[in-house]
Amino acid sequence: MQQGGNRQTEKLLLERSVPGRVGTVLPDLDVPAQPLPDKALLRNDLLLPEVSEPEVVQYFTGLSQLNFSIDTHFYPLGSCTMKYNPKVNDELAFLPGFAGIHPMQPAEQSQGALELLYKLQGFLGEITGLPAVGLSTLAGAHGELGGMLMIRAHHLANGDNGRTTVAIPDSAHGTNPASAAMAGFDVVELASDKDGNVDLEALREVAGPNLAGVMITLPSTLGLFDTNIVEVCQIVHESGGLVYGDGANMNALLGRVKLGRLGFDVAHLNLHKTFSTPHGGGGPGAGPVCATSQLAPYLAAPVITENNGNYQLSIPEKSIGKLSGFHGNFGVLVRAYTYIRTLGDAGILSISGNAVLNANYMMKALRGIYHLPYDRTCMHEAVFSADLQKERGSSGLEIAKRLLDYGFHAPTMYFPLIVHEALMIEPTESETKETIDMFIQALIDIDHEVTVNTALVNDAPHTTPVARLDEAKAARQPDLRWQPEAAD
Amino acid sequence: MSAISPDTTGHFQSHYIPNTTDEQAEMLSALGIDSIDQLFADIPDEYRNPALDLPAPLSELEIQRELGGMASKNRSLGSGPSFLGAGSYNHFIPSIIKPLITRGEFITAYTPYQAEASQGTLQVIYEFQTLICNLYGMEVANAGMYDGATSLAEAVLMACRVTKREKVALADTVSPAYSAVIHTYCQSQDIAVETIGPSNFVLDGETACLVLQYPNYFGNIEGLQGLINGAHAEGALAVISTDPTAMGMFQTPGHYGADIVTGDGQPLGIPSSFGGPYVGLFATKQEYVRQMPSRLSGRTVDKNGKTGYVLTLQTREQHIRRERATSNICTNEALYALASTIYLAAMGKHGLRRVAELCYHKAHYAAAKIVELPGYSLPLDSPFFQEFVVQCPTAPVNINKRLMEQDILGGLDVSQKIPNGMLLCVTEMNSQDDITALVSALSEFE
Repeated sequence: MQQGGNRQTEKLLLERSVPGRVGTVLPDLDVPAQPLPDKALLRNDLLLPEVSEPEVVQYFTGLSQLNFSIDTHFYPLGSCTMKYNPKVNDELAFLPGFAGIHPMQPAEQSQGALELLYKLQGFLGEITGLPAVGLSTLAGAHGELGGMLMIRAHHLANGDNGRTTVAIPDSAHGTNPASAAMAGFDVVELASDKDGNVDLEALREVAGPNLAGVMITLPSTLGLFDTNIVEVCQIVHESGGLVYGDGANMNALLGRVKLGRLGFDVAHLNLHKTFSTPHGGGGPGAGPVCATSQLAPYLAAPVITENNGNYQLSIPEKSIGKLSGFHGNFGVLVRAYTYIRTLGDAGILSISGNAVLNANYMMKALRGIYHLPYDRTCMHEAVFSADLQKERGSSGLEIAKRLLDYGFHAPTMYFPLIVHEALMIEPTESETKETIDMFIQALIDIDHEVTVNTALVNDAPHTTPVARLDEAKAARQPDLRWQPEAAD
Repeated sequence: MSAISPDTTGHFQSHYIPNTTDEQAEMLSALGIDSIDQLFADIPDEYRNPALDLPAPLSELEIQRELGGMASKNRSLGSGPSFLGAGSYNHFIPSIIKPLITRGEFITAYTPYQAEASQGTLQVIYEFQTLICNLYGMEVANAGMYDGATSLAEAVLMACRVTKREKVALADTVSPAYSAVIHTYCQSQDIAVETIGPSNFVLDGETACLVLQYPNYFGNIEGLQGLINGAHAEGALAVISTDPTAMGMFQTPGHYGADIVTGDGQPLGIPSSFGGPYVGLFATKQEYVRQMPSRLSGRTVDKNGKTGYVLTLQTREQHIRRERATSNICTNEALYALASTIYLAAMGKHGLRRVAELCYHKAHYAAAKIVELPGYSLPLDSPFFQEFVVQCPTAPVNINKRLMEQDILGGLDVSQKIPNGMLLCVTEMNSQDDITALVSALSEFE
């Protein structure tokens, strides 16, 4: 028997379609009908659902309830900074004076929007110590592409055509090598040393006339502040290269250190991580690019400039060009602006302080129960290995899935790649101590379960809308859309 | 307790951050240290705690006032008749979309890597892929790209991978912004981008793809069948950036044999929002699925045989393939893929056709009224959908200033391409009164 009537979510939209139902009523045509074009230009079929408005609302509400989210679950997904997303940010981004403005309307008709963007450029420049800021890139990886194209343009402008190699630590997020390749570079991997820092000897080997630059994530994806970072920047600069900063982990450093002062030349920020804009189930994000004033002429177009209180869109002198259709993910930028203004100078420091405190508190409580391959003060996240549990029969994946049964989203698994059975946990500053204590207890309980009831852990999750899914079947026989003939 | 200024110890109790000073002290004591600053000791002293020149915190009441003031300095599309399109379109958005997409379960979830905890998002993506395929007449669609411009640029890169060729024929009727993004994406890839007039061009056996826009930047419907056949005859792919609203009535690019179809999903229930966030649409033929960028949701079963959804064919993607990935894209625009899916569900088969027909008839009515005015003509002689170029008796910039005095947002000045050309867009949002006001204002110029 099917429970829940039409509110259940099993049937897809086209399966619940009933000929004749409508989901929206549109106005009648209020002008005389005009001649239609040649019939050959028109389509005669369009397979879209025929469902009423209540069904649409019930179906999508039902689907939403199948998700874990920050609002419903603790979501300690390492490197993703799943902090609270303030509701006022959403509310303000939807104001008609923001959501209802056209990107091509004259600048005099959009001064408020341009002023907000101009001030946000200033805030992000101050926070990173990299004063030249462009907001048009639409996600972290998109910012990486922009920043790496700027590095390329800088070398070419100096007649330095041989700098074709970019060095990237083995702990880096996969977008770094992918972005460097899209910007036309050859990628070499840099080893990490035993403390999780960039191996300086390995760096010196590649630092030469072919090196365009390095891409560094700070703190690293091991959740560690690289104590060699100043020297890393010096070595790269002495060889004529530039230093790119992946700002995915900036939540740890807000107000504590400026990337520009350490020697970074260009970096991106993930506003959907550090600056609280919602991930939306995989976007929209925003990946502003912050650079030294030397690199300012290469920023992607447009940037916002100010002249006697008038704000306008401008194209930097030697711009790498446009990277997006208009001026950036404005709705996301409004949210980040709101967040920075709300927290202010004192709040910005409170973010990094509490994020790092919470992570270290959790790491300390789990030390000895879960293996810590790099046992140092961590930044905003701690990377454990499930090697000790694996010896008793449960992998990192199985522990992560078991956490879902405890009502916690899983940590990031198997990343960074240089840690066996990695479990990367980022509590963020916006969780209570009670929640963090309960999460710690859950991981301790699961460790015990691995010993006494391995199968319970290895068959997890038991309480989610579906059990472990057959990913091999999905890849072997890809079923990527609903088709009528597949319905029976 | 929670005033917006720090207390005498420097502690600031933000409403977004729960830890009190007592709790901080308890946690620090568990760590055997006495200050948060000690946790940052790995940062060399001379770089730690730099001066930070940011404004002081604001309460919610104050921030609402500040942003309300900024927003009120912008003219919104709803405040008066608006005829600007050119890649961002003013369409009706059903009221169900905002409350559904801002449900915490959708808007505060991450990318659905942990499938058992993300079935809602994954099933939405599968629905999105299905509806985009049907809209464009294609076999496979991905979970979305950043926007229409980047989607088209990534389609060009994909065409080069598929054909192993490095020459691109880009029609001069493609949006200048989209063309610019293609140039930026290709600059470091040794791909030669050649701009061509689609009526008189010759492709050779080295061209990876022919890139067209449908309807084109000037609103016209070009003879796609001949152009696509021409591309195929030389072994090139046909890449077509397509307005999804036009698909409510016009033949699909898939019908004509297009190989990759992209577009911007903004017209499907997404506000103009000064240019973003939108969502890029991307569809292709089944045979090219492994060359596609971005995520795909696939239907499968769980270990009990129950239907479920997972991200699949991930070996194309950056987190597995790193520098050899089909693209660097990671975070895309999932929330707006959701908005488009809800829009297509609410509009449905008949609603989308109705929207397209309203746009078509109103645009053609407006065009007919404008060319009755002395000094105005339609310089382009091709069928169009909702946008058209009017040749004006004087510079469009002057006309637009006059229109704005009457609170009418005029069309885009395209006089660089067509002398005194103004690109107007008329949608279902424009009433007969709006059109009459526009025509009357234009009649002041001769």
